[in-house]
Amino acid sequence: MIEFRSVTKTYPDGTVAVADFDLVVPPHRTTVLVGSSGSGKTTLLRMINRMVEPTSGTIEIDGTSVLDRDPVQLRRSIGYVLQNGGLLPHQRVIDNVTTVLRLTGTPKRAARERALEVLDVVGLDRSLAERYPSQLSGGQQQRVGVARALAADPNILLMDEPFGAVDPIVRAELQTETLRLQQELNKTVVFVTHDVDEAFLLGDQVVILQEGAHVAQIGSPSEIIENPASEFVASFIGVERGTRALHTKRTDRGTVLVDTAGRTQGVLVEGTA
Amino acid sequence: MNLFADAIAWIFSPDRATGALPLSEAIGTHLAFTAVAVLLAALLAVPAGWVIGHTGRGREFAVALSGAARAVPSFGLVLLLVLLLGVTHKVAASTTAFVLLAVPPILAGAYTGVEAVDRRVVDGARSVGMTPGQVLRKVEVPLGLPLLIGGLRSATLQVVATVTLAGYVGSWGLGFYIVQGIQLRDFSQILGAALVIVVLAVVLDLLFALLERAVVPRGVSARRAEQSDPARRRRRREVATSAT
Ligand SMILES: Nc1ncnc2c1ncn2[C@@H]1O[C@H](COP(=O)(O)OP(=O)(O)OP(=O)(O)O)[C@@H](O)[C@H]1O
Ligand SMILES: [Mg+2]
Repeated sequence: MIEFRSVTKTYPDGTVAVADFDLVVPPHRTTVLVGSSGSGKTTLLRMINRMVEPTSGTIEIDGTSVLDRDPVQLRRSIGYVLQNGGLLPHQRVIDNVTTVLRLTGTPKRAARERALEVLDVVGLDRSLAERYPSQLSGGQQQRVGVARALAADPNILLMDEPFGAVDPIVRAELQTETLRLQQELNKTVVFVTHDVDEAFLLGDQVVILQEGAHVAQIGSPSEIIENPASEFVASFIGVERGTRALHTKRTDRGTVLVDTAGRTQGVLVEGTA
Repeated sequence: MNLFADAIAWIFSPDRATGALPLSEAIGTHLAFTAVAVLLAALLAVPAGWVIGHTGRGREFAVALSGAARAVPSFGLVLLLVLLLGVTHKVAASTTAFVLLAVPPILAGAYTGVEAVDRRVVDGARSVGMTPGQVLRKVEVPLGLPLLIGGLRSATLQVVATVTLAGYVGSWGLGFYIVQGIQLRDFSQILGAALVIVVLAVVLDLLFALLERAVVPRGVSARRAEQSDPARRRRRREVATSAT
């Protein structure tokens, strides 16, 4: 469990990125932080592994403040997928994936074995292990980033817009993979995105953020869609537009659901879900 | 043209193997001065440059130093140090002067190399739990190596040319032929020695150019084939100009 208590972050230039933020991240679940650009999502995420130090307040992991832990050890114990990949360009895929294992003293052989397994887990062909990151596609690089974060089998996985830079098709594929991974691995995941659909797809708990990491609403995707807490939330998640604003239309074969653009999105099946 | 032929003839004359200062010995001394000066300068400037690049501290100092060094006349520096250290320490005085000349380009190469590493890569390295030392050793130094070699290249070229001046304060190196040639009005000797210096400089430059390429990490050169990186090219120019 990760717990934020009255966390504030003011950057040296005076920007208040996070103001008095509280959140409980339940274990073995995916919590998605979603908000527009500059709402403080990355700042929140990086305070968990001390890449950013809070100005005030505490962040606890299983009851221990992260500030009481050595930052280097802390980071090695948490998987982190960076917004831009952040792979080492001069090292092969396999060496990028084994980085944390090697840093924590796993023998080379064992680390390699483990890295190849993790490549399987994230759906990367083992034949790519000897390539350099620059020789991979954007989607493959993101998978390497995920593999690197998973290699040391951390309990916590931080993912910062991991699929922001890939095309919609690959993105959808990676999202499906992430769902599958989460079912298999059961990690505590904190996932950052500015894409509401991605948030609702992946999140068990979704946190909608406004500027200064002000929490607009917390809840499961259903709770939020069924009962938006404010005008802001309603318009942010788009309940009045696109595929979330559906109306029924009777046809000869039953009732179908149509979105605001007039496209039929599905069939209404009577009964309880 | 005749002078040129005479100069070539001077270089290959059998007399060059004998006499008070055989040509091979002069070349050896010349290169030894260069090598010692560049090595000593590297011992000082490389660690300092890495620390400056890694921490960002002392950068203004390094920039000011390379600027100042550009304004210092080499010959003046050699003479000044001979005067300061005394005529009995001519070797030490000249070497010190050469080291001082070599430090700024090497320093610039070392710190721009580290600085030019993509901040996102450094951030990634830190966030997986590398200590600052590991970030420097495993990421910043290897990725910054081509620019460092560039700095060493500038320093070496500058020193190999400047060592010629040692001929004025002692009877060493290829510069001695030039000083002696001026006194004897032996123009083929002056030009011959100058040509040898030029050849040395060109050969050294070529070797460093090859080395500079060889140290580009493989994953980086694989990408460079596809897209050139304007930031990196800009840095390279900075290093080159700070050396002159
Ligand atoms: N190192 C920094 N120094 C000063 N201000 C910063 C720094 N990092 C972030 N900020 C500011 O803090 C605020 C929150 O930034 P943050 O990166 O956490 O946003 P974000 O929600 O991750 O945005 P995005 O979706 O664009 O990645 C922004 O106003 C940003 O400009
Ligand atoms: Mg961000």
